[in-house]
Amino acid sequence: MSVNQHTHAGPPYGQPQPGYQGYQQPAYGGQPLPGVPHTQYGAYNGPMPGYQQPVPPQGYFPSLGFPSKGSPVSLNSDTSLAPNFIGSVRALPTSGAPPPASGTSLPSGHQGYSQFGQGDVQNGIPTSTAPMQRPPASQPFLPGSAPAPVSQPSTFQQYGPPPSSVQQLSNHMAGMTIGSTSISAPPPAGLGYGPPTSVPPVSGSFSATGSGLYAPYTASQGPPPPSVPQGLPLAQPPFSGQPVPTQRLPTEVPGFAPPPSSTGIGPSSYPPSTGAPRPPPMPGPPLSGQTVAGPPMSQPNHVSSPPPPSTLSGPHPGPPMSGLHGPPPPTHPPQPGYQMQQNGSFGQVRGPQPNYSGAYPGTPNYGSQPGPPPKRLDPDSIPSPIQVIEDDRSNRGSEPFVTGVRGQVPPLVTTNFLVEDQGNASPRYIRCTSYNIPCTSDMAKQSQVPLAAVIKPLATLPPEETLPYLVDHGESGPVRCNRCKAYMCPFMQFIEGGRRFQCCFCSCVTEVPAHYFQHLDHTGKRVDFYDRPELSLGSYEFLATVDYCKNNKFPSPPAFIFMIDVSYNAVKSGLVRLICEELKSILDYLPREGNMEESAIRVGFVTYNKVLHFYNVKSSLAQPQMMVVSDVADMFVPLLDGFLVNVNESRTVIASLLDQIPEMFADTRETETVFGPVIQAGLEALKAAECAGKLFIFHTSLPIAEAPGKLKNRDDKKLINTDKEKTLFQPQTSFYSNLAKDCVAQGCCVDLFLFPNQYLDVATLGVVTYQTGGSIYKYAYFQLETDQDRFLNDLRRDVQKEVGFDAVMRVRTSTGIRATDFFGAFYMSNTTDVEMAGLDCDKTITVEFKHDDKLSEDSGALLQCALLYTSCAGQRRLRIHNLSLNCCTQLADLYRNCETDTLINYLAKYAYRGVLNSPVKAVRDSLINQCAQILACYRKNCASPSSAGQLILPECMKLLPVYLNCVLKSDVLQPGPEVTTDDRAYIRQLVTSMDVAETNVFFYPRLLPLTKADVDSDSLPAAIRNSEERLSKGDIYLLENGLNIFVWVGVNVQQALIQNLFGVSSFSQISSTLSTLPVLENPFSKKVRSIIDMLHLQRSRYMKLIIVKQEDKLEMLFKHFLVEDKSLTGGASYVDFLCHMHKEIRQLLS
Amino acid sequence: MATYLEFIQQNEERDGVRFSWNVWPSSRLEATRMVVPLACLLTPLRERPDLPPVQYEPVLCSRATCKAVLNPLCQVDYRAKLWACNFCFQRNQFPPAYAGISEVNQPAELMPQFSTIEYIVQRGPQTPLIFLYVVDTCLEEEDLQALKESLQMSLSLLPADALVGLITFGRMIQVHELSCEGISKSYVFRGTKDLTAKQIQDMLGLSRPAVPIQQGRPLQAPEQPVISSRFLQPVHKIDMNLTDLLGELQRDPWPVTQGKRPLRSTGVALSIAVGLLEGTFPNTGARIMLFTGGPPTQGPGMVVGDELKTPIRSWHDIEKDNARFMKKATKHYETLANRTATNGHCIDIYACALDQTGLLEMKCCANLTGGHMVMGDSFNTSLFKQTFQRVFNKGLNGEFRMAFGANLEVKTSRELKIAGAIGPCVSLNVKGPCVSENELGIGGTSQWKICGLDPCTTLAIYFEVVNQHNAPIPQGGRGAVQFVTQYQHSSTQKRIRVTTIARNWADAQSQLQHIEAAFDQEAAAVLMARLGVYRAESEEGPDVLRWLDRQLIRLCQKFGQYNKDDPNSFRLSESFSLYPQFMFHLRRSPFLQVFNNSPDESSYYRHHFARQDLTQSLIMIQPILYAYSFHGPPEPVLLDSSSILPDRILLMDTFFQIVIYLGETIAQWQKAGYQDMPEYENFKHLLQAPLDDAQEILQTRFPMPRYVHTEHGGSQARFLLSKVNPSQTHNNLYAWGQESGAPILTDDVSLQVFMDHLKKLAVSSAA
Repeated sequence: MSVNQHTHAGPPYGQPQPGYQGYQQPAYGGQPLPGVPHTQYGAYNGPMPGYQQPVPPQGYFPSLGFPSKGSPVSLNSDTSLAPNFIGSVRALPTSGAPPPASGTSLPSGHQGYSQFGQGDVQNGIPTSTAPMQRPPASQPFLPGSAPAPVSQPSTFQQYGPPPSSVQQLSNHMAGMTIGSTSISAPPPAGLGYGPPTSVPPVSGSFSATGSGLYAPYTASQGPPPPSVPQGLPLAQPPFSGQPVPTQRLPTEVPGFAPPPSSTGIGPSSYPPSTGAPRPPPMPGPPLSGQTVAGPPMSQPNHVSSPPPPSTLSGPHPGPPMSGLHGPPPPTHPPQPGYQMQQNGSFGQVRGPQPNYSGAYPGTPNYGSQPGPPPKRLDPDSIPSPIQVIEDDRSNRGSEPFVTGVRGQVPPLVTTNFLVEDQGNASPRYIRCTSYNIPCTSDMAKQSQVPLAAVIKPLATLPPEETLPYLVDHGESGPVRCNRCKAYMCPFMQFIEGGRRFQCCFCSCVTEVPAHYFQHLDHTGKRVDFYDRPELSLGSYEFLATVDYCKNNKFPSPPAFIFMIDVSYNAVKSGLVRLICEELKSILDYLPREGNMEESAIRVGFVTYNKVLHFYNVKSSLAQPQMMVVSDVADMFVPLLDGFLVNVNESRTVIASLLDQIPEMFADTRETETVFGPVIQAGLEALKAAECAGKLFIFHTSLPIAEAPGKLKNRDDKKLINTDKEKTLFQPQTSFYSNLAKDCVAQGCCVDLFLFPNQYLDVATLGVVTYQTGGSIYKYAYFQLETDQDRFLNDLRRDVQKEVGFDAVMRVRTSTGIRATDFFGAFYMSNTTDVEMAGLDCDKTITVEFKHDDKLSEDSGALLQCALLYTSCAGQRRLRIHNLSLNCCTQLADLYRNCETDTLINYLAKYAYRGVLNSPVKAVRDSLINQCAQILACYRKNCASPSSAGQLILPECMKLLPVYLNCVLKSDVLQPGPEVTTDDRAYIRQLVTSMDVAETNVFFYPRLLPLTKADVDSDSLPAAIRNSEERLSKGDIYLLENGLNIFVWVGVNVQQALIQNLFGVSSFSQISSTLSTLPVLENPFSKKVRSIIDMLHLQRSRYMKLIIVKQEDKLEMLFKHFLVEDKSLTGGASYVDFLCHMHKEIRQLLS
Repeated sequence: MATYLEFIQQNEERDGVRFSWNVWPSSRLEATRMVVPLACLLTPLRERPDLPPVQYEPVLCSRATCKAVLNPLCQVDYRAKLWACNFCFQRNQFPPAYAGISEVNQPAELMPQFSTIEYIVQRGPQTPLIFLYVVDTCLEEEDLQALKESLQMSLSLLPADALVGLITFGRMIQVHELSCEGISKSYVFRGTKDLTAKQIQDMLGLSRPAVPIQQGRPLQAPEQPVISSRFLQPVHKIDMNLTDLLGELQRDPWPVTQGKRPLRSTGVALSIAVGLLEGTFPNTGARIMLFTGGPPTQGPGMVVGDELKTPIRSWHDIEKDNARFMKKATKHYETLANRTATNGHCIDIYACALDQTGLLEMKCCANLTGGHMVMGDSFNTSLFKQTFQRVFNKGLNGEFRMAFGANLEVKTSRELKIAGAIGPCVSLNVKGPCVSENELGIGGTSQWKICGLDPCTTLAIYFEVVNQHNAPIPQGGRGAVQFVTQYQHSSTQKRIRVTTIARNWADAQSQLQHIEAAFDQEAAAVLMARLGVYRAESEEGPDVLRWLDRQLIRLCQKFGQYNKDDPNSFRLSESFSLYPQFMFHLRRSPFLQVFNNSPDESSYYRHHFARQDLTQSLIMIQPILYAYSFHGPPEPVLLDSSSILPDRILLMDTFFQIVIYLGETIAQWQKAGYQDMPEYENFKHLLQAPLDDAQEILQTRFPMPRYVHTEHGGSQARFLLSKVNPSQTHNNLYAWGQESGAPILTDDVSLQVFMDHLKKLAVSSAA
């Protein structure tokens, strides 16, 4: 609590300051810690102090320093990038003042700052900082901002102003790079940024008010109580001021313990006055202090091993980090290194008190520096997802990704890029946690990095890319390895003049069938290499022969059966009428095979409440016939002919039926429903028709009617956080699991649309859907007016989307590794085959691999995912995806080729499955533990030696902590009071089928400042980080996570904007019950709506639009998605978590 | 009263009763020595156009155990306004309404000519008649079409306010809801699962009124009819709907693979029909009409598997205990039949198929409930069409010839007890002082329920004389029997018909000739035959024949006049003279002989035999043969092979078949086309005459007989040849080549041999 208070007081302002001071201190601290660093640091320290004394420079330095740190990072293989980034960033901001860079730099600067800000926060007291920042931000700003509250930019500029600083920065930069103090650089970058970010923090505060920025400074100064105001008015002043404080700090250092603490507090609290109180809180933070790990920050930089990218790095958060360090670096290039340390010191910083006391006893040195920065990590100094995403987008978005090279890491999922298939499957189909697999299981165990592939076999491709070619190998079927049955693929080696081929998976030599023989050219390549997709492409399809079909019979075209709940609730809410109306038109858009005139899919209709009603809609009938089956205990299908029909042939009868259904049940008083029999009915119908298919079940309530699969209400929130919590996720009866088995055997996929008004036990109802590869859609408290669009869009998409039936997927791998575990919506009857009654283009399966032997660096590791399925026209096909990965003997290679997004996808699914069997707490702990191990392993084996107090993150994984924290805070793992049991079960199942892009945005929502959107371009405004302090009262923001879209409106938004967007004249008139934005003819409205439309297009589900007015009730809900902040339910803020992570890592290392 | 024949006939016309003995032996011992039990054939609803029903309630004896109805045999004290019950001798006050009676002002029930009288009572609500069609859809297209047309036609024959319902079945069972507009709605059940009445009602949503009851009583009354009317609607309201529905009826859509029978869920379909009515209209006249085109092949009540290679059970299988489904199926249908009977509904079975349809197992449904059983080759035959049409025939007074839910109570004077009844009824298990411990037929009760009956329905009721030999009945004493039949008239009125008869007692030792003279050998033959058939249903065939033979021999010994061990001296009096002949034909009849008949056919024949009146029964036992020739007017001739002459046309009526047989010469003439020549118009007339007569029989008979037109040497001539007494066979060569008649290729004994043997045994002192 105390912590929080602190944070409140100081954070915003304080952060920045802390950043400065803290950084400096950290730097010091950092030095002390690691031996090596010490030396360097020591040197630095020397400089540092000196700098500090030089006041002005220092002031800049801090800011600069950050960049410098960044640069150092960059210097190091790891950090190099970061430093650059930092440098640039800083430079920009600072330079911002300078005309040239400033223009462009501004934006970057913002980011950078923001990042820094974060960093600071962390440095400060992790947990506390975040909150601190917010409140303080607003408060401080107001006061401080008074002068120049208006625009953030301006504030930035202000910073920029100090030309000198700029120079210094540049110096720093240079120094950093030069320094190549690999060590220092990285950490600083991370942490340093944080501090430097102080500026950014400003931005955070800015959000509140433009002044925010200043405030931070002031805050920093704050520690030195007096300076605060100064900061605001002039950027330079603040800086200068800061330096001063730093100086002071040093002085204080001696007094040290006290001062630092005080300072630390001060900074964090920013308001000096508060400082006093803070101290106490600080203690609380102590941990954070250690975690202060601020150092961690630096690590990220490290991660960014790629030095060259320096330029790139500019944008990266890394810079901020360095920024912090910057201070020291400015003078001494090496400083960066220090900065790194500084990060550590940052930790100390905030911790100053704690740190001092504890971890960094030696630190007294920094004392001086620490003293000043003392604050927590600057949020802007810690790795920023936004920055990483932006960087990747700008670096990799322009060139097509060519898959020819083995083990290439593809661009991030957030980056728009084209793929050119040259022998490996597109990342749209397969993404791996690492593209470089350890050769031995020992290495793999040591690293703890899970080896997993996220496979989306039927992924939709952008129109620019070609669909997999269909290959027909004739009557004998696809050419396969004799032993392991792998399918012909580009990695097969043809030998003996092409008469045989050696399997790339098991090395078995197989005779080439006569009809498939082809000569080899001088390179050993078949002459027809380019004519055959299976020899030259990573993804393609084979036409399956009858041997691949059930019962050795070619399948019939699949069927869709619509099963509508017509109990009282469904009728009364207008749902039944809505569905019937929609079905009339939707039936014309059933999925079709490529060029076919009409869909081969047949349709059938069932309604039900306590009993089932089947409909005969045979084309020859004048009117539909209804057949009631009341024997729900022993379900069967009452008719054969006329139940499943061709839409075109039976059009009039179907239309008549859909007209009559709402009428027939208009007066129903039946409230009870059945559910098990409904699925059974669909299953039986498909069985009778001897085809696969999909059931669309529209259901409203807990099935309590007497029937198989009857459920009772077992919702009990008291179970949360107990050992029995897992039962909430488990089905309450095994009935549905058994039913699911039967469904899978028949190829009966179940899609569930739920419209609950109360608990309906999604965990149990969803079992069949889940195991058959279906989708669940849930519309709690469905209301026609507000939810209609969402539901109809979901329904349309669900009906229309490409889908395969009766699918079996098998993943073959090179000898040495083996697919051992699978996550997703499917059923497995043995350990290797993933069976799915239905598989649509959105469904993803995550596969984990384990070593069972050694791999060789030469041959690498190959994956072949073969999916046997029935197309929507009833054609049996095999879709093959091949992917070749590198193998490594050095852990560094592994860390260099990881993909955090994929990793998170895996971890989330792993954890979400874990809650079925273990207490949630244990699941959370094991997640944290695994990540700590991953990072510790890196730190131990890959990072250049540095102070233990430094948090060093691999570049590829620098977002791991923030993302992991999001997973830990998700509703499933840490539910808030308003989250229902059904919601959790729903989310749990949803996530299990998500692909990487979906998990990415789901866990770290996208937050777009709408008011910053350029109404004249197609582009989206640059995203900002998910923290309240990034929000400005005067702006409108959009947040989306794949399920919801929030439009957040600040209280101070200009009336004109409100008028333009909502068509009302004032903030208070905005209705928070809107489910769509009014269609208004003005550029802003158009732009916003087009943005929303664009977002909808990107997601597999239609997102619910929620208008959130600042300070309105709904804001609580909205804040839940600001995942970098401390959550109301006890979820840690990013900064706090990072510190915690650092602590964990340190424990592991020691 | 000139002769007993006239007396018997008169009694039959007035009361619908024929006793085997019209003078009763006065002691138990003597009665048993009479061989043929004291019994009667009662046709409770015999048409009496001359009998106007009275519009009041009968007056009952006040003794709780008696409750006999005031009748002409009662002694009345007009002054004291008292009447003495002639069964229990209780003296009863007349009710106030009878205050004005006197010797000259008697109520109808006291007049001797009203020994049978019918009361109309106003009790309870009148519910319209209910007809529930249960239709098999596993039929050939043609058959189904014909059936649909028949059903549609029948709608116009139903009483306008009758309720109709429709259940169709094949692999599944569909209960059609008739009240819905725009969409035809039906409840579907799977055919493999037996459901309790409760389940069925729940599933049909019939048990829902339970909820409204709690909510408010006022609502409930209107609710009830609404609920039930979903499935049973007044025909005038929904005949268009139902006609369309029937029109759209499709053959069972489930595929039947080669070598399989269609899956037919007759058992469950019936169960649902029974359950539906049970839940909605218990104790109201209702007919479940089952139309089936094949054997039940799945679920409870299945008679044969769906593998065509396994044929449906034959008598041979049954004897070898090789009919694996029979017992279970029979039990299922018996349970259903008993439930139906309890509810007062009846089940008709219209089975039309070339092969057996499981009537053997299902027979009890019709037998116990008084329903019809009709067997044909196809629904697309006039046999079925006209038979079905005739179900809705109207009687002389323009009323439907059907009645429902009858309760027959028999009361006897104390010298008599009731041994049992045989006919389309079930026991109501009402014990009483007049119930005998010895059972003949369905015994142990004085009341039976006949759920469906028509004016021809006839029950055999067996009595036991219990008077002890040492307690002689005073000279001129009379024994009395009263039959009280309460039933629902086709007009939905509740009616009570009371028949009271009395016969003289006679001491068998001193007055045997009276008893002998009052023997009704026709009734006795039928009554014995019923007993025999009843036993045959439950016992092994040969035993029954032996029993019958022994009875016959004993009768001959008792009433024959002969010298010991001298067969040639054997004589029977006129009143017994035909009896052995009846027995001879009965032994050969399909009622006791299963050879050449499928189990279904046997069941079918026996069903009708157990419910037709005396005349029809006699025809069944001994078919009638008429001869048409140029030698004179048509004449009845002996049912003997000697009657088959080349220049005759024979018309045989076996009840089930009408056979027209052209003698060899006649057939040649016909082939030569003489009938078309003007100069041989008489020949044309000769050919036409039997056709006309046959037509006449066909018009009135229910069920419509199989009509066979054949000629000498024709394959269908077997129908005739199997019935006639084989007086000439390939064995008695002495007759071979003679002009008289045609030899029958059979090993059966002829009547002559039978009689010779009988005489020998009758006179044998060894017996």
